Amino acid sequence: MTEDQLISAQSAIFEPTWKRWLNTLGPLLALLLVYGIFAAIAPPSFTTWRNLETIARQTTIVGMAALGMTLVIISGGIDLSVGSIVALSTAVIATLLQRAGAGPIAAAAGGVAAGALCGLVSGALITSLRVVSFIVTLGMMLIVRGTAKAIGKEQKIDVDVERLKWLDELMASLPRERSWMLLPVGVWLLIMMAIVVAVLLRYTRLGRHIFAIGSNEETARLCGVAVWRVKVIVFMLGGAFAGLAGLMQFSRLTVGDPTVAVGLELDVIAAVVIGGGSLSGGEGSILGTLVGALIMTVIASGCTQMKVPNYWQEIITGGIIIVAVALDRLRHRRSA
Amino acid sequence: MVERVDSDRSGLRLEMTGVCKRFGATVALDDVGIELAAGRVLALVGENGAGKSTLMKVLSGAIKPDAGQMRLDGEPYRPANPLEARRAGVAMIYQELSLTPHLSVEENIMLGMEPATLGVIHRKEVRRRAIEAISRFDNPELTPDARVGRLSVGSQQLVEIARALAIGCRVLVLDEPTSSLTQQDVDRLFEIIGRLKRQGKAIVYISHFIEEVKRVADTVTVLRDGRVAGGSDVASISADEIISLMVGRQVEDLYPRSPRRAGEVVLEVKDLAGVSKPTSASLKLHRGEVLGIAGLIGAGRTELLRSIFGLDPVRTGQIKLGLYTGPASPARRWMQGAGILSEDRKEEGLALALSISDNVTLSRLTGFGPLGFVLPGRQDKAARRWIDKLGIRCRSPRQSVLSLSGGNQQRVALARLLQHDVDVLLLDEPTRGIDVAAKAMIYKLIDELAGGQSPKAVLMVSSYLPELLGVCDRVAVMCRGRLGPTRKIEDIDEHSLMLEATGQTLETRGGEASV
Repeated sequence: MTEDQLISAQSAIFEPTWKRWLNTLGPLLALLLVYGIFAAIAPPSFTTWRNLETIARQTTIVGMAALGMTLVIISGGIDLSVGSIVALSTAVIATLLQRAGAGPIAAAAGGVAAGALCGLVSGALITSLRVVSFIVTLGMMLIVRGTAKAIGKEQKIDVDVERLKWLDELMASLPRERSWMLLPVGVWLLIMMAIVVAVLLRYTRLGRHIFAIGSNEETARLCGVAVWRVKVIVFMLGGAFAGLAGLMQFSRLTVGDPTVAVGLELDVIAAVVIGGGSLSGGEGSILGTLVGALIMTVIASGCTQMKVPNYWQEIITGGIIIVAVALDRLRHRRSA
Repeated sequence: MVERVDSDRSGLRLEMTGVCKRFGATVALDDVGIELAAGRVLALVGENGAGKSTLMKVLSGAIKPDAGQMRLDGEPYRPANPLEARRAGVAMIYQELSLTPHLSVEENIMLGMEPATLGVIHRKEVRRRAIEAISRFDNPELTPDARVGRLSVGSQQLVEIARALAIGCRVLVLDEPTSSLTQQDVDRLFEIIGRLKRQGKAIVYISHFIEEVKRVADTVTVLRDGRVAGGSDVASISADEIISLMVGRQVEDLYPRSPRRAGEVVLEVKDLAGVSKPTSASLKLHRGEVLGIAGLIGAGRTELLRSIFGLDPVRTGQIKLGLYTGPASPARRWMQGAGILSEDRKEEGLALALSISDNVTLSRLTGFGPLGFVLPGRQDKAARRWIDKLGIRCRSPRQSVLSLSGGNQQRVALARLLQHDVDVLLLDEPTRGIDVAAKAMIYKLIDELAGGQSPKAVLMVSSYLPELLGVCDRVAVMCRGRLGPTRKIEDIDEHSLMLEATGQTLETRGGEASV
């Protein structure tokens, strides 16, 4: 054994376990801290179950889109077209309901499929043209937004109330007779999807391949991973989750609105990044992403209840994004 | 700055004592010292990873040592950054030249220290000083107005040396200066080194090539594993002695050789040509043998392995791997029972941020759980087997590869081929930049793979000739994209390999640059 091996062996033994736990739980602690601060200084209404439910509901749209964005970012890409896809999805759902006379399930599926299709196109362009995802999805952001406006003929698409069936209940506060559900269906859907994606990332080949590509694409290629196929799938899933977020958006508005969710992609990216995702790829987790999304909603909710002006929310959230990533970098430098 | 007059030629120009540096867990330098008088050439030799470049980075101010002292002409010398080192008169010429190809020779020479008033450059002064610097070389190609990008590599190197001289350097460090030069340029460089010596410059000459060291240096210091393994006057030490100081053990111990029996052909390549390299390559690899490919850097050896494995496109030619004919994607190659070890484990071979388990199992993620699921626990179990077998120093299979030492990283990269249980191993510089213990382990492993009950076939590229001669059964030399005939190692020696690699057969001695 050479000397450097000896030393690395020793330092390996003395690395404390709690430190590694801290790394994974970092964002969660930050969430508790933010919540604790507001619980202490905000009016008592902040800590009621009712308000927790509202926070959960308000997190759902960003959270749903962020599930897909987590996959995209872990694979080393980025998707700027998410906000546009949400708008397209609401327009498609409203059109299917109102003009095509489709049932609620078919309409919802149509919205998700439209999102998946957008992602498929992005992924195919990125891999076939060899243009970075930032540029392709920047283009797609405009293309999809334009398409949504074309579908709505530059207007909101109203849907008759009797055609909505259960679609407007996904995101609504629970009525008293269904309080046994604790949370609205939309929130449960988010939780379910989060578990599915987390399992996908951790326990499937596709998941391991996504991490490998994001960590080092050359290595993935060397090891026989079909890099282009995985990338296309990832962007398609990203689009599908944005489409699902569109369904939630529609449920809240009950109209198809081609101008909704402008800039939503930045909130979504922020959620992933606060949760420990790295824009250079190879890192990120579903739990972290959801916590990141929650942190932003908690701040918004707390500020509203304290009647802090809106601009403070934005300033605080901006600061948190920078601090979160800076802390993350610091941790990396230590462990490297 | 005016060029210094080197009056005191008897005293020590440069003195480094007790230099220590560690990076995390790795000790890069341990109590290293060198001394060098004005007008002398010190050769610094050692294997990759011995600490040569770290020591020179300390000297040039690129990194700060943890301990140790440096003196320049007797005065304490403690550069905070490379710029300060240059100002103090320590100039480095690296393998990778740091010139701006679009500027002219004189602009490059004076870059960053143009004499100027209020930002207006004194062109005449620039010209005068540039001409003064390049006039020492007697090279017709070097004119002040020539575009640097159009010059040959050898002339570009001279521009860089001229830049060092124009600053008024006292110590000139040449890092592997001949690796990309033609024989003619090498001769010219040595002549210039001699002239600089006579002008009283102190020169540190870093090289792998013992012959060059014998030719150009006055004293030699050998580094091994971050320590000074020995040193002496060049005149009183033989090349063999230098090599055994570098390696630190008898060569036979390093290369075990169990009986091998060559079986059927498992890989056959015929007239293979890639996009630019290789231009023409044919070989037959048998089960139970180790076939080596020698050659200079840039000869196309890596490209040959990559084309065989489907990582680089194949233009013409045939590849037959086992029962499969024709080119195929890397995914297919793995399925067909071949595996590749990249020469560049940081950029390509390993996903550094991922765990040992993930890296070892990445090429085949099946069989780690029911219904196609991949259970991390089972990945760990597979990885643990190789951690034990190859002696990978780590605290757990989940540890990121980034935190391992070079030798352990290479073990992880090799473990992937073993875990996949491939029949044909394509190894590209398998021992580059790793410590001697890891090297010995890899040599032993290759020998085990090629021998034993179910022998495998190994195709191995290496730039280190003793290693090829020690490990391989047959060796072929690649030169400028062309793979020569394979010869049994009984019929060859380092000298003949080197001649063939540099293209110095009788008719083409001193031909064009090989890079």
